[in-house]
Amino acid sequence: MDITFILISVAKIIGLVFLTILPMVAYSVWAERRVSALIQDRVGPNRVGIPFTKIRLAGLGQPIADGIKFLLKEDFTPSHVRKGYYWLAPALTMVPALLTCAVLPFGSELFGIKMVIADLSVGPLFIFAIASLSVYGIVLAGWASNSKYPFLGGVRSSSQMISYEISLGLSIVPILMIFGQLNLSDIVMEQARNGWALLPLWGDRLSLKGFLLFIPIFISFVIFTTSMFAETNRLPFDLPECETELVAGYHTEYSSMKFALFFLGEYAAMIIGSGLAVTLFLGGWSLPFGWLVPEDGASVPFWMGALHILSFLGKVVAFILFFIWVRWSLPRFRYDQLMRLGWVFFFEIALFNILLTAGILLFVK
Amino acid sequence: MAIVVKRPKLSFWEKLYLPGIIKGLGITLRHFFLSLTGKTKVSMQYPEEKWDSHLPEYYRGAPALVTDEQGRERCVACQLCEFICPPRAITIHPEEIPSEDKWAKVEKRPQEFEIDMIRCIYCGLCEEVCPEQAIFLRKEYAFTGLKREDMVHNKKRLYEIGGVREGLVNKWNELK
Ligand code: SF4
Ligand code: SF4
Repeated sequence: MDITFILISVAKIIGLVFLTILPMVAYSVWAERRVSALIQDRVGPNRVGIPFTKIRLAGLGQPIADGIKFLLKEDFTPSHVRKGYYWLAPALTMVPALLTCAVLPFGSELFGIKMVIADLSVGPLFIFAIASLSVYGIVLAGWASNSKYPFLGGVRSSSQMISYEISLGLSIVPILMIFGQLNLSDIVMEQARNGWALLPLWGDRLSLKGFLLFIPIFISFVIFTTSMFAETNRLPFDLPECETELVAGYHTEYSSMKFALFFLGEYAAMIIGSGLAVTLFLGGWSLPFGWLVPEDGASVPFWMGALHILSFLGKVVAFILFFIWVRWSLPRFRYDQLMRLGWVFFFEIALFNILLTAGILLFVK
Repeated sequence: MAIVVKRPKLSFWEKLYLPGIIKGLGITLRHFFLSLTGKTKVSMQYPEEKWDSHLPEYYRGAPALVTDEQGRERCVACQLCEFICPPRAITIHPEEIPSEDKWAKVEKRPQEFEIDMIRCIYCGLCEEVCPEQAIFLRKEYAFTGLKREDMVHNKKRLYEIGGVREGLVNKWNELK
């Protein structure tokens, strides 16, 4: 463990988490409000710009104003809650969401340094292991609040998250079978050379086998994305909060920055989820059609590395916009429908999908 | 007796659910682009754009006192409005009109007339009850103040908002 390694890791963590993901969280809230407004023929927050001037910047100052508001609000703890767990819960939702970004490769190389915080060889497993911890935050919030609505929200979310984790995990098994490894950086590199999982139009995958494999990959993608919605508690699967029935679900009793932490945790989970989907299915940081793929061992010039990071962020932003678009198009599921969808359809389809992939890999040369 | 509601039979495509989702996404996407390009315009940017010029004649804004065409204040301080006002927003201090005044025969007028706009619920009962047609609900509606006292309209302010109204009450006019 030499000191340069630690310094570089710290720089990467600060660069990715504090300078990229957290601002993205703030601005995805803004995007959510603007896009939802436009979908519903409204205007949305368009006023806050530079303070004390008349410059409005289409409301880009709104997240900062919101942040200040959250910090300045009274932090109210009801007398009937279990204080310790009540305080722990928001942190437990936020931290796992941010931890998972450690294994996401967000770029190729910059100054000869790999653009991933921890180049683990068990990438997706690490993400699932950590992401499933965030259910504890919600369950604890529901139980510690000691009131009925949060309790119901907590119960719902634990069963929902546990059910959908199964189809989430199973849905990426075909991808792992096809690429034959669990290291996300190598998976992205493979996709950069030989065609994205969802766009097999160049390299090795421009073949009969590639096209046949497209079918299970597409099924995987649909299951993965849908389960991702359920995992991050987004509409149409936001039953844990479900405003119409449960007031605000598990965070009903929370106020000020603790509430904001739940909010940030949800959006952070959404960003990381989009990052994982982009990495597994849409070629991560690579550009389409095998442009500008770094050679083995050759150093990557600065502009190319920067371009790769931009390409990753661009894809993630597009995916987040998709999340928002779906949220404002679909109504919420009923609870039994949600469970049926998870256990009766997705679970079986994902299992069958693994068989299908295995068959194609085995018999088609 | 229980009523059995027949459920519609879904076709295969409808049961598949995905085509419906895609259709719905298409609808929202169309709305998104139409409002992004400014083709649908329904929101009014409030403090800059107001609905004021479209307010109908019978609009019930702030209650205000009016003078008649001869500059006489119409209110005779009968205090009916003070009694009818449901939230008790009106306070009237009546005074006698001195005998040398041109309108001495009216006998009574308000010395001070206050309407607390924090209390007023814009019900219009004061306008309805007034025997002299002296109080009307006008079109002003946006009042702000930094103190509670700022929100109380005194007589001067009420006449400012009210202005002049002609006709209707002729009983105090000179006989021809
Ligand atoms: S409008 Fe109604 S509430 Fe307001 S002053 Fe007149 S009677 Fe009172
Ligand atoms: S405004 Fe009308 S009802 Fe009220 S005191 Fe004056 S005359 Fe009477």
